[in-house]
This record gives sequence, structure tokens and C-alpha cells, in this order.
Amino acid sequence: MAERVGVYVCHCGSNIAGKVDVEEVAKWAGEHVKDVVVARDYKFMCSDLGQKMVEDDIKNEGLTRVVVAACSPHLHEKTFRRACKNGGLNPYLLEMTNIREHCSWVHKDTAAATEKAKALVSAAAERVKFQEPLEPTYVDVNPTTLVVGGGIAGLQATLELADAGYPVHLVERQPSIGGHMAQFDKTFPTLDCSACILTPKMSEAGQHENVTLHAYSELEEVSGSVGNFKVKIRQKARKVDFDLCTGCGVCVEKCPRKVVDTEFEAGMGNRKAIYMPFPQAVPRVPVLDTESCIWFERQRCGACQKLCPTNAINFEQEDELIELNVGNIIIATGWKPFDCHKIPQYGYGRLANVYTSLEFERLCNAAGPTNGKILLRDGKTVPKSVAIIHCVGSRDLNHNPYCSSVCCMASLKFAHLVTEKTGAEVHSFYIDIRTNQKDYEEFYQRLLDEGVHFVRGKVSEVTDAARSENERGKLIVQAEDTLIGRQQRFPVDMVILMGALEPQTDARELGLKCGISCSMAGFYTERHPKLDPVATMTDGVFVAGACQGPKDIPASVVQGAAAAARVAGMITKGKVMIEPVVAAIDEENCSGCRICNNLCPYNAIEYDAQRGVSHVITALCKGCGTCVSACPAEVISGAHFSNKQIYAEIEGALWDAIRPAGVPGESETAEVSAS
Amino acid sequence: MKYAYYPGCSLESGSAAYDVSVRAVADALGFELEELDDWNCCGATEYFTQNELVATSVIARNLAICREDQTQLVAPCAACFLNLKKTDQLMATHSHVKCQVNEALAAGGLHYDPGRVKVRHLLDLIYTDIGEAKLRQKAVKSLKGLRVAPYYGCQVVRPMNGFDNTEYPMKMDELFTWLGAEVVDYPVKAHCCGGHMTQISEDAAFELIRRLLDSAVEYQADLILCMCPMCQLNLDAYQGRVANHFNKNYQLPIIFFTQLLGVALGLDFQQLAIGKEIVPAGPVIQAKLSAQAAGASA
Repeated sequence: MAERVGVYVCHCGSNIAGKVDVEEVAKWAGEHVKDVVVARDYKFMCSDLGQKMVEDDIKNEGLTRVVVAACSPHLHEKTFRRACKNGGLNPYLLEMTNIREHCSWVHKDTAAATEKAKALVSAAAERVKFQEPLEPTYVDVNPTTLVVGGGIAGLQATLELADAGYPVHLVERQPSIGGHMAQFDKTFPTLDCSACILTPKMSEAGQHENVTLHAYSELEEVSGSVGNFKVKIRQKARKVDFDLCTGCGVCVEKCPRKVVDTEFEAGMGNRKAIYMPFPQAVPRVPVLDTESCIWFERQRCGACQKLCPTNAINFEQEDELIELNVGNIIIATGWKPFDCHKIPQYGYGRLANVYTSLEFERLCNAAGPTNGKILLRDGKTVPKSVAIIHCVGSRDLNHNPYCSSVCCMASLKFAHLVTEKTGAEVHSFYIDIRTNQKDYEEFYQRLLDEGVHFVRGKVSEVTDAARSENERGKLIVQAEDTLIGRQQRFPVDMVILMGALEPQTDARELGLKCGISCSMAGFYTERHPKLDPVATMTDGVFVAGACQGPKDIPASVVQGAAAAARVAGMITKGKVMIEPVVAAIDEENCSGCRICNNLCPYNAIEYDAQRGVSHVITALCKGCGTCVSACPAEVISGAHFSNKQIYAEIEGALWDAIRPAGVPGESETAEVSAS
Repeated sequence: MKYAYYPGCSLESGSAAYDVSVRAVADALGFELEELDDWNCCGATEYFTQNELVATSVIARNLAICREDQTQLVAPCAACFLNLKKTDQLMATHSHVKCQVNEALAAGGLHYDPGRVKVRHLLDLIYTDIGEAKLRQKAVKSLKGLRVAPYYGCQVVRPMNGFDNTEYPMKMDELFTWLGAEVVDYPVKAHCCGGHMTQISEDAAFELIRRLLDSAVEYQADLILCMCPMCQLNLDAYQGRVANHFNKNYQLPIIFFTQLLGVALGLDFQQLAIGKEIVPAGPVIQAKLSAQAAGASA
């Protein structure tokens, strides 16, 4: 029995109808495309009336297949699948073809666009006839969640879920949770103390009955899929027994080896070989750095071991692998600072009193190496003049084209702190001041009132080459003040470089483990930039905070909470629907060549070494079809994208070039193409 | 290794010392420079400001006359290097320039496909192709005791040299560190020498020259190493007048980097045309190196 196909061509107001003759397309489809029994055009197919039209036609005209030519299926495939279902038709017997983004929006010529729309409709109509009814499956959701990254975004997500009563495993690479926020002195625009608002959250996470903390650990491996992930975590050896240690700190106090702390103190201060990064560290268990420990260098010393009152020091302790089962994963791995050495003309590393923003945070911090006194590198001179350079490595095509978003506000905060603590004159060199969140612009106004000089211009260099007596012994900042169109030189005592926020060095690697992708810059890609900002293309994996793009504290907290809300929703529902549009491998005929294993962008194909065949993990498969086309033996079939369907679609698209012989009235063309 | 060699006009006249030392160093390091047959002037900075199409076509002729086997063209002069490289890139990125230039070249029976010839600066060649290991092996005389100020100028490094940082170049610094010299990391190493400004406004030009000399003196450099004939001319020939103008007293020899490189390779001053400069470099080099040698033996 022939299928009965209904074709619906959407005007989308003037979005499509402005360029494509939609009435003509519908009329043509009704007259020329085989098996089309209904063909209509309508102003807005996605409206209730448009959907109703489809439903009614299924019931009254006995449609067995539906084609909607409108916008991208990303937007409205769900809508029309629902309409089909309401009309009594299996939702997978619908095919949407995109004549907006793929046609009307990108073409100038109406006649040509109309012809293309016809081809697209013809392709969809030919394809839909071979589509088969499919049924989604459902899997249970494990209520335990894994959060990767213990910065403010990860902490927020952890606490939201834990407070809602769900168990959370929080993995942090550093010895303590807290992230970059723990390094900061003040937070903008309110200037409240960073530690004061952060540490309560840290200790809450450390003590929460629903939170299991895995500090000094890294995510090693992820397998499984939404609802039921299996993860492996590497607990790095602290050389300190977690259960025996009381956090008394005797080991740290007695350790004779002092080294520069390049992590927490950003190179501005020292730590011991056995250390806690900062006094409020959570967990309060020290870590022994074997690289600098005398015991590991020449088997001497051992002071920490001898003096520990609970015998918690264990030099033989090894890394430990922990396996966990979780239902969802939230990635909140944060950012790393731009390496300011990459812009040598700003003198970082060469000119002593050029600082990075993170170094300056430590310099301002009451718990930092100078107890919060702003001093030059000599450790005693208070600067009389300070230059702050914005956009170092950001908005710069030589480095990162993007705006790092937080530096304008951070530099305003710095300018305020310098003014308040030293009374020094501050020059702030900007390209554009971007203060577009609540109370941010007001903060900028406040700084203008405080007398900070804002110079609009990109600094060409920071140099110690004095040209006159008043420049001698100073750092000279050379910049064009673009508001007055003049090159100017500013002799100052201290320069602060507002370095870009960059993705973590191993962001791509972690993304691969979890099956999520990165943007060009290396930040994780969200499912939809506007409407689905914390989900990813892999179900059950969410992102939050600066790992998704440069973000300040409020925005990171928002995302952490949003990701938690999404996860909580999944746990509450208890089950997750798995799309039936997936690939399947005919294991009888699989040679086990494993070509498909590496090609799958979602890690959805597993190799069974024992049986020598590959098989698809249905819950991970996105139905992209990569494996189907790559299989040299053609033993992978895709539900909803079978070879038959694809060939039919191609033939449909080329309706005016390929005509099967024997079709009445079209023999002439057939002869031409045959000759 | 064999390279096509484009000496340029300066190296045939005022900067003959550069040409002499380049050829001597090439022999000593064992790479061959084959002078391009019938090359023409690169137009320096002037052509481009007058008529870009004419300038590009005239320069492109030099690229077009490279034989099939001449795929790398070496230019020691900064302006020549920049103009040749710029022309190649302009043709590669702007198809209308490529068409127009090739139309002009066709009048002389020539044609050039951008990218066919790779334009290299001599410093890049020595740094990259010869490299640290070979240089250390070939160097017979340590430059220890000599404080040198590498001077890059503008045109080689900016805007698109392809081998060094454009704002704060370091390759010449590294090269002479390998050879044992004390390299002063002075901040104005890529600042402008004034170029032809000496012919237009002496006040402006002298100020620029003063900044360079002052900085090198402040960092206690024994001499400045150049890789551009214009820079060498301005710093050397105008040194006396700049000193008078600002009531200063400079005695800073300015030579080409290949000349000092030659010293390290064991060539004598005459082979390297040391002595052609106005502020004599020979005595300084001699004194510093022998003082060091005496100190070492004692």
C-alpha cells in the first residue's frame, strides 16, 4: 500500500515567505511529488492552529507520513512530533526539512531559493516514506552526582544538591577546595572580603553529610551514560594518612624545607615541602610535595614523620583509584591565568615591578606574603604611582580574541585598593570599560570620583628606558591616549597586567573523557548558548562556571546553581528518556576492525575484546551516523538514518536530474541523462 | 645548503661591509649564497608611498626571476627583506594584486605565483637553519668579555617576520649568547633609528638616535650589532653630530651582526671589513677579547 504523505510549508511570517514562494512550493509538492496527498502552506506552522492542521489531516485524510518544511529541527521537531502523536501517528514518521536557515535566510534570489526549497521538500518526502515507527526507552537515574572542580561554581552546585538531599562526590585537583576565589582579597563591586563569603561554603561542603570530598584528586576515566555513569578518580598520594591526621600542623611547622609557592601564592610567597595551601584549607590535611621534600631527595630529615603526634605521615603512600557510580556529572573546572611572558614588551619577568593580576591579589590580601601591604618587589617601598593595563592577552588577535569579561571590574577593584591603601596615583589603560552587570557601572562612577585616571588606549610597551630625568628609575608606560589622539608616556612605580582568563591546559582532555566538546578557544560548549547554557550535547554531563567561558563570581554561582537544578530535576523524575534514533551493529557480521570505535564523537561504541566485536551503548549514541557511513562492512545500521532513507533523500533532492526510467511524462529527461 | 641571495643596493655601496661579512660568514658556516642574476632595486621605503602597484610589480620581478630550484631567497637588508616578503604576502592574500602584478610582469615575459619563493632574513637562516649546535661547533673564538647590544630596528621584525617576536625580538640575543658574548637586554632594541628622517628633520632623527645610543651606553654595551644598513648608517655616521647636538660624548662602535659572528668563527678583521665603520670597532673588540684571554690564562 502506498504511503499517504502530508506536506506543510511554513511562511514563518516573512522569514521564509519573504524569499521563498511558499505557495508555489506547496502547490508543486502536491502536484509533482509522488504519494503526497495533502500539501498546504501556512503563516506559522508552529502555532496551535498549524499543529491542529497536521493533527486533523492525520485523522481525516489518513496521513501515514508528515513533512514539515520550516525552520531547523533543533527548534521545532519536538513540536511537530507531538502534533503527530496527538493525531495518532508515531512521532518518528515525521520529517522536518529546514527551508529557513538552509534556504531563505542564506539566499538572495527568490526564484533560485524557491527551486531549492522544492528540492528540499522533495528530499524529505522521499525519505519519510522509508522511516519507521520508533519507541523511546527509559533508564533509571542514579541519584548520586559527581562534581568536578571545587571552585565557587562547583561548590555552589555541590551544596545546592546536597541541601536538596542528594549525595554528591566533589573532586578537586588542588589540596584544598576553594579555587581562585580563595586567593582573592576583595570581591567587586561590594568590596566584601572574598574569604569571608567563601570559607563558610567551603567548610559546609567539607562537613555536609551528603558530600564526599575528594581533594587532591583527579577524574581519571568516565564510562557509562546518563543516569548510570561509572567514574574512576585518582586520589593522589598526600603521603599523609587522611584518617589519622588531626590537622594540628606540627609537620608543617617543623618542616625545614621552604619553597616558592607558585600555586596558591602565585609565586609571591613561600610554603613548606609539607603544606596546607592556606589556613582555612578544606580538608585540613596537609600534602607532602615529594619534588621538594628532603626525604625524597636524599632519605634524610623525616622531621614530619618523627614529630607527628598521630603517626599520620606515610612516605610509602601511593595514588589510589576510586570507582564510583553516579547518575550525572557537573564539570566546573574553572580557568587558568594567561602567561604574561607571552607579551614581552610589557616586561613581565624582566622588569621587577610588573605584576600579574593574581600576584597583585596576593599582595593585597591580608593573609598574603606582605600581610596586605602594597609594596614593590624590594619588600619595603610603597608605590607612589601605579599603572593598570587591561586586556593583556584578551581582545588581542595575537593571543585570545575574546573578552575575558572580569578584568575591567577586577582592575577597578585594584584601582580602589591602591588608592585606599597607598594613596598612589593610578592610571588605568583600557580599550573599552565593560561594566554591564548590576551595580557595576556605579562602581566605575565611584572610581572616577576617587580620582583614578582612565586612559583609553592600548599600551605599546612598558620600559625602563628613561628619556628624561623624571623618568629615571621608573617604569615608563607608553600608550596612545586615543581620546586626545596623542602618544603619551607615564612614569610609574608599579604596573599591573590584567591577564586573560584562559581554559585549563587539559580542558580538551577532560572534555574527551566526558564526551563534551570545546570552542575554538578551549572553553566547553554548552548545548545552546541562550536556551540551554549549562547542559552539553552529552546527556547527563553539565558545565558550570569559567570552564564554559570567562565569568565572574556571581555568574559562576548562577551557573553552579543552574546545573544543580538541572540535575535535581533529572533525579526527581527518576527516569530519563533515551532517544530511539541510534545506531546498531550487526554483531554476527562485525569483523571487530574498530574503525568505528575511534570515530564516534560521543564515545558510544564499546569493543568487546572477548567476542572480538563492537557494540553501541544506546544511551550514549546521538544517532549522528558517523559509524554507519564509516563501517567498511556496512554492518552498522542507523535507526532513522538507514541507507535506504538516505538514498531516497538524495534522489528526492536531485528530482530534476535523476528520474527513474518509466515514469510517465518524464522519459525525455531520462533519455537525456542516459545519453 | 644553498640559497638564492639578494644583496640589495645598500650592500653594494655604503654597507659593503655587510655584504663582505655575509659572504665570509656563509663560507665559514658552509652554506652557499647564489646571487640572483639581474636583480633590481627593492624600492626601499619610497616606492610604496608613491604607487603601490608599481612598487609591488617592481619588487615582484625579483621573485619572478628566481629559477624553479631557487625556492629560498635570502635578503640581509631590512628594507629589502620587508619589501620582498610584503609583496609575496600581498599577492597571496589579495587576488586582485596578484592579477595586476602578473599582468605587469607578463610585459617582461615573467610570472610569479605567491608562495613559490620563501623570503628569508639572514638572521633567521643562521638562527634556524644553521642552529645552535653547529654554531657552537664552528665557533673557534669565544666572545666572552664583550658586552654587545643587539639592535633589531623596525623593518625586519615588524609586522610579520615569521621567526621572532615582533615587539620584543630575542633571536640575535640568543645567537650571541651561544657564542659567549655578554648580551645586554636593553629595552630599546626594536625601537626606530629614524630611518630617512635625518634628511627631513634632524631634530626628530637625532632624538631617536640619541635614545638608542643612551640606552646602550646605560647598559654598558661595548658595541651595537645591526642587521639593517639604514640603522647602521644612522647610528654610526651621525653619532658625532648627535653627540654635539646633545652635548654628549659617545664612542660606541656600530657594526653588522655578521661581522662579529665572523670574529667568533675565526675570521680576521680584514675578511670581515671591520674598520670600514666610522667609530672604529676593531680596537674595542681586540682589547676586550684579549683582556678576557689574558685573565683566563692568568
